[in-house]
Amino acid sequence: MTALTGTPSGMAAPQTGRLSPVARRRWENFKANRRGFWSLWIFLALFGISLCAEFIANDRPILVSYKGELLVPVLVNYPEETFGGFLAETDYASDFIREEIEANGWMVWPPIRYSYRSANSNIPHSAPTAPFWTMSATERCSGYPQGEADRGCTLGNFNWLGTDDQARDVAARTIYGFRISVLFGLALTIASAIVGVTAGAIQGYFGGWTDLLMQRFIEIWSSMPVLYILLIIAAILPPGFFVLLGIMLLFSWVGFVGVVRAEFLRARNFEYVRAARALGVGNATIMWRHLLPNAMVATLTFLPFILSGSITTLTSLDFLGFGMPPGSPSLGELIAQGKSNLQAPWLGLTAFLVMSIMLSLLIFIGEAARDAFDPRKTFG
Amino acid sequence: MTEPLLSVRDLSVAFHQGGKTSLAVDRVSFDIAKGEVVALVGESGSGKSVSANSILKLLPYPAASHPSGQILFNGRDLLTIDDAELRAVRGNDITMIFQEPMTSLNPLHSIERQIAEILDLHQGIKPAQARPRVLELLSQVGIREPEKRLKAYPHELSGGQRQRVMIAMALANRPELLIADEPTTALDVTVQAQILELLKQLKDAHGMSMLFITHDLGIVRKIADRVCVMTKGRIVETGPTAEIFGNPQHAYTRHLLASEPRGTPPTTDETKPIVIEATDMKVWFPIKAGFLRKTVDHVKAVDGIDLTLRAGQTLGVVGESGSGKTTLGLALTRLIGSQGRIGFEGQNIESYSFSQMRPLRRRMQIVFQDPFGSLSPRMAVSDIIGEGLKVHEPSLSARERDARVAAALEEVGLDAATRWRYPHEFSGGQRQRIAIARAMVLKPQFVMLDEPTSALDMSVQAQVVDLLRDLQARHGLAYLFISHDLKVVRALANDMIVMRLGKVVEKGPAETIFTAPREDYTKALMAAAFDLEAVPVPAVRQ
Repeated sequence: MTALTGTPSGMAAPQTGRLSPVARRRWENFKANRRGFWSLWIFLALFGISLCAEFIANDRPILVSYKGELLVPVLVNYPEETFGGFLAETDYASDFIREEIEANGWMVWPPIRYSYRSANSNIPHSAPTAPFWTMSATERCSGYPQGEADRGCTLGNFNWLGTDDQARDVAARTIYGFRISVLFGLALTIASAIVGVTAGAIQGYFGGWTDLLMQRFIEIWSSMPVLYILLIIAAILPPGFFVLLGIMLLFSWVGFVGVVRAEFLRARNFEYVRAARALGVGNATIMWRHLLPNAMVATLTFLPFILSGSITTLTSLDFLGFGMPPGSPSLGELIAQGKSNLQAPWLGLTAFLVMSIMLSLLIFIGEAARDAFDPRKTFG
Repeated sequence: MTEPLLSVRDLSVAFHQGGKTSLAVDRVSFDIAKGEVVALVGESGSGKSVSANSILKLLPYPAASHPSGQILFNGRDLLTIDDAELRAVRGNDITMIFQEPMTSLNPLHSIERQIAEILDLHQGIKPAQARPRVLELLSQVGIREPEKRLKAYPHELSGGQRQRVMIAMALANRPELLIADEPTTALDVTVQAQILELLKQLKDAHGMSMLFITHDLGIVRKIADRVCVMTKGRIVETGPTAEIFGNPQHAYTRHLLASEPRGTPPTTDETKPIVIEATDMKVWFPIKAGFLRKTVDHVKAVDGIDLTLRAGQTLGVVGESGSGKTTLGLALTRLIGSQGRIGFEGQNIESYSFSQMRPLRRRMQIVFQDPFGSLSPRMAVSDIIGEGLKVHEPSLSARERDARVAAALEEVGLDAATRWRYPHEFSGGQRQRIAIARAMVLKPQFVMLDEPTSALDMSVQAQVVDLLRDLQARHGLAYLFISHDLKVVRALANDMIVMRLGKVVEKGPAETIFTAPREDYTKALMAAAFDLEAVPVPAVRQ
């Protein structure tokens, strides 16, 4: 009875937008899931903010005017001799540099004057210290030489979420840690999607022996103990972002193979694929143009869940100490600190809240994406 | 006439989707008397199935609704009674058989269990005691050796047998009204004739009434007492069958009656160059068994076929499903492997690799059966038609390619401005035109037409047949026309092969075969197709 519903209006001219009617309906379905829709925007906003982490939490000023010259310390590393010192790197928080610059110009600080690796040298008592708003003004300024009267005891120098056991600012580390988690998750997801979709496509399209051999290989491959392999490799290679990404990628692509292979197996006998073959279109083009769009639905539905899985994996590795190199901002390391410093609940609470909010947002987005791609969900 | 058994009054059906409401059925009224067969005739989208489904409220409510109307069955309005009462009517007083016997039976239950379930539901006969009645029903619907078939699953039965099981289920509770929704459309012509014969017998034996939904006027003429012609959600004409066929009043009825495929095929001309020929072509699929997967036997899909096709001529390949006609076409175009010589324009192509075949592909094209499946739903029409040009004429600029696409669309009778749309916005006939344009844009010499009209409405069929003949005359195309529909073959083919189980039963000039078939199988096929008569077919030995 579709003939009676008529054709959508406004289709006569070449389409200006690249959204096909199918894609437009999916977007409408996605928007109809309000929770997922808002989660997407909140997540994008948080991710966008964390991408500018250097401008939000940094131990260098964003802009400095010194003796009529405009300097951008956030981007450029100026040696201290620029300001009359002798060190290779300028410590803008030190009294000497601060007074020197303020005497000859001005500087603009980011809202949080700590980077993920800078320690607060004026903490009131031994680290970890509590968030500043839990302490009285006298207490929170007691670490500064002149107490409350000290010019360093300003809002920008306070630790919003306290400090960790090395006196580093938790807020700054959270922002950087969030960024690295999401970037790692995205990179791992995209890379494993590319590898997994390619492998699944080849298996499904060619079938037969190709399929059989690759399936057996995947079965053997996926039964390898990932954690032990990580431990062994960590003993040989220095762990870092890309080494971890590579090792995780070795095993995470397998997740995509099943769905993509099934889609290709199903769709390779569609008449339009046969028609393309009869036109003389090559295998690669058929796979790319005619079959991949079918498999993309399953893949895209999968993505947010794989993304949250990747983030969790990185966090747990960091928690165990096999993750990012020491000193790098990481939510897993923050959880580990929370575990060993039970007297400082702000460490564990911060890590818990950030992780759970991030993962919940991703799951909500994933649910909405799943709804959007569901072909039966038309009478929403 | 006394009180009708079923009386549909002013029935309307509306569908709501995405805030829009469309009226699928618009104030339809008809009556069915006891023991009467009423046919609802119309093309796809005319609302005939929706009307029939609303009798038992089988539509996707609440997306569907009835703005007006009454369906009186024995004086009760089926639209207003509650679900429990309706369930008592469904499958008991009124039963339905559907078009697709493959999907209307549960593939996971044996047929005994499925029939016994109906008996249990409405008559309270426990499955343990139901066997005699199940056997009786199965033999009533002409299933041979029903004892052996009790434990069979639907996939073990042929299409015709499955439809018989469906009918057995529908008859289980001796219904007063049987609604048959295109019950023979998915079946071969000989099976169709048998099923119609069976329905007729059963109707006479039980005194049932029948509502028969179909698009096939031949069936209507054969089986119906009265006809309601539907188009665009309305009944435009109602009357006794003989009157409607003899003296149609409404313009649409006349149009429908006039839309049988017409015209004459090209004349046979032995002097034309041979485009494609095959000698002793075989496509055997191995059957493997045992632990070492040894080949124990072969499915002989195509078994030793010779054919010759000349420029400007049409070779019709006729046969029932499973006869290997599509396999033959695919093997000829080298889309599947085969044995035996295939000559195309003087070259022996049987051992050509994929890349060797590629330059030849532009000169041999295929039009497939299902215009919904053969166009990629995610590509605009211009991309679909232009795809072959990108492969075979990569030197064309985007503008030149666009011009060729537009010209191809104009040639098949579509507006060139529609090339930016997506396939789902076109009707079946328009989609088939697009598929033809995709083949024609490469200017081929040989086109394999694999049931190009089977999925189309009758009047659209005739148009596509005219278009194909027109294109053939203009470009001197050679057609291999595969079809089970003998009427269409008669209108297009000058030569003909009748296939059964991979072998040629009869071959020769089409007119000779149509007027004086020699083989029994061909005769049975003709009788089933043109007169809807079931003639016993002698078994062939492989």
